[in-house]
Amino acid sequence: MTSNAPKKTPLYDRHAAAGAKMVDFAGWLMPVQYEGVLAEHSAVRNRAGLFDVSHMGEIFITGEDAEKFVDHIITNDVRRISDGQILYTVMCDDEGRVLDDLMVYRTSAQSFLLVVNASNTEKDFNWVKSRAGGWRAVVADRSADFGMLALQGPRAVAVASKVLTFPETFNHHAFFEAEYEGARAVVSRTGYTGEDGVEIIVENKAVVRLWDALLEAGKEEGVAPTGLAARDLLRIEAGYSLYGHELDENTDPVSAGLSWVVKPEGREFIGKKALQGVKPTRKRISFVAEGRGIPRQGCKLFVDEKEAGAVTSGTFSPSLQKPVGIGYISAEEWSVSKGGRLTVEIRGRRTPVKVYRPHLKPTNGG
Amino acid sequence: MEFPDGLFYTEDHEWGMEENGVLIVGITDYAQGELGDVVYVELPQEGTILKAGEPFGVVESVKSVSDLYSPVSGEVLEINPDLEAEPETVNTSPYDRGWMIKVALSKKSELDKLLSAEQYANFVKNLK
Repeated sequence: MTSNAPKKTPLYDRHAAAGAKMVDFAGWLMPVQYEGVLAEHSAVRNRAGLFDVSHMGEIFITGEDAEKFVDHIITNDVRRISDGQILYTVMCDDEGRVLDDLMVYRTSAQSFLLVVNASNTEKDFNWVKSRAGGWRAVVADRSADFGMLALQGPRAVAVASKVLTFPETFNHHAFFEAEYEGARAVVSRTGYTGEDGVEIIVENKAVVRLWDALLEAGKEEGVAPTGLAARDLLRIEAGYSLYGHELDENTDPVSAGLSWVVKPEGREFIGKKALQGVKPTRKRISFVAEGRGIPRQGCKLFVDEKEAGAVTSGTFSPSLQKPVGIGYISAEEWSVSKGGRLTVEIRGRRTPVKVYRPHLKPTNGG
Repeated sequence: MEFPDGLFYTEDHEWGMEENGVLIVGITDYAQGELGDVVYVELPQEGTILKAGEPFGVVESVKSVSDLYSPVSGEVLEINPDLEAEPETVNTSPYDRGWMIKVALSKKSELDKLLSAEQYANFVKNLK
């Protein structure tokens, strides 16, 4: 990066006019909240909320070898998706360490889009490009050309379909390409909140018009702009990872409990050798804590009296009216203590926690 | 943002209202706005002896956790019983129903070191 000044999304003026509180997030000036995090959370769980996620990175991979090259750089098996489908995966280095978690969009065998975390876009692009030698594949970082909106909640699809023409079948983890007001758009049935919803990647020139049109279309239903604070809260409730919390370069995907995105059968990929023979050493849990104190990142987890892990994300869940979090426990402690007493230490005091499985609302085809 | 006259303020964003040697303590409108939705307030037991400038509790919002600092020294006479069930009162009524503790002042002269509404308003302005 040449400048330290945070970048602005095309919606900066909209956020400022709405009185949003802005923060520097991963080098971008982003709205952390508008009306209030609890009200915005409620909008998403009950109606729909509109997020500016234009900070996300878009890396395009095209060319004759695109499919083989993408398969080579990710741990998941890209052959599991066909045209118009999306795959969640991680990308590792040669030592099997997680560089990022990302969504892989397949337009055709010759054309893929990687949607990556804002904090990792530059690193990911440099990494992918450095490994493209010898492949007939062109790697292009188009993050500066595209914005991204997420409309999430039970009413999201109904509202979005007033603005965009949807195909007859539009399954979870599917996408289609569209034109919106003369701009190229990629519309997917995906999200990061545990609700049904859509995400729309669109060229910068139409981002503001699309934002306005979605808010207008959802006006009667109470669709509201939603900030990053609510987004974090919603994803913790839903049990989704955030790079920098549940995942980082000190983590390999197997011991991090993400072996479901590591598919070594019948294929070669970067990091495969290092990951062979790795046993899961940690168990990832979502938990509810008793009391009202919030277990934050770094709080220690105990099985009976033994320290067994730590919290990676924590917040207060308005849905459950209880503190909730995500953390890792050593697999050994976990297995010897099935039924053992699990506690978290908050400001020197131990509070009982209960493991729970986040209830994600089923979406069409998901 | 409101900073009522007649209250005492600290640079840690607490306010205090003195009545017959007892200081009612809470956090300012500015503080509640910066914290966002408050979901938990951890307060000391009645009878706890506080020292001026030392932490007496914790306020948690969805995104952050902050210590609460006592503006004065003295004994905690009462805590606000409503905050356990309705911590959001700190957001909706920071100077009234969102009060946190009542402290029996052990050194009344400590009040002289606290800020006036005008001084605090200036202090907050310079934070921006």
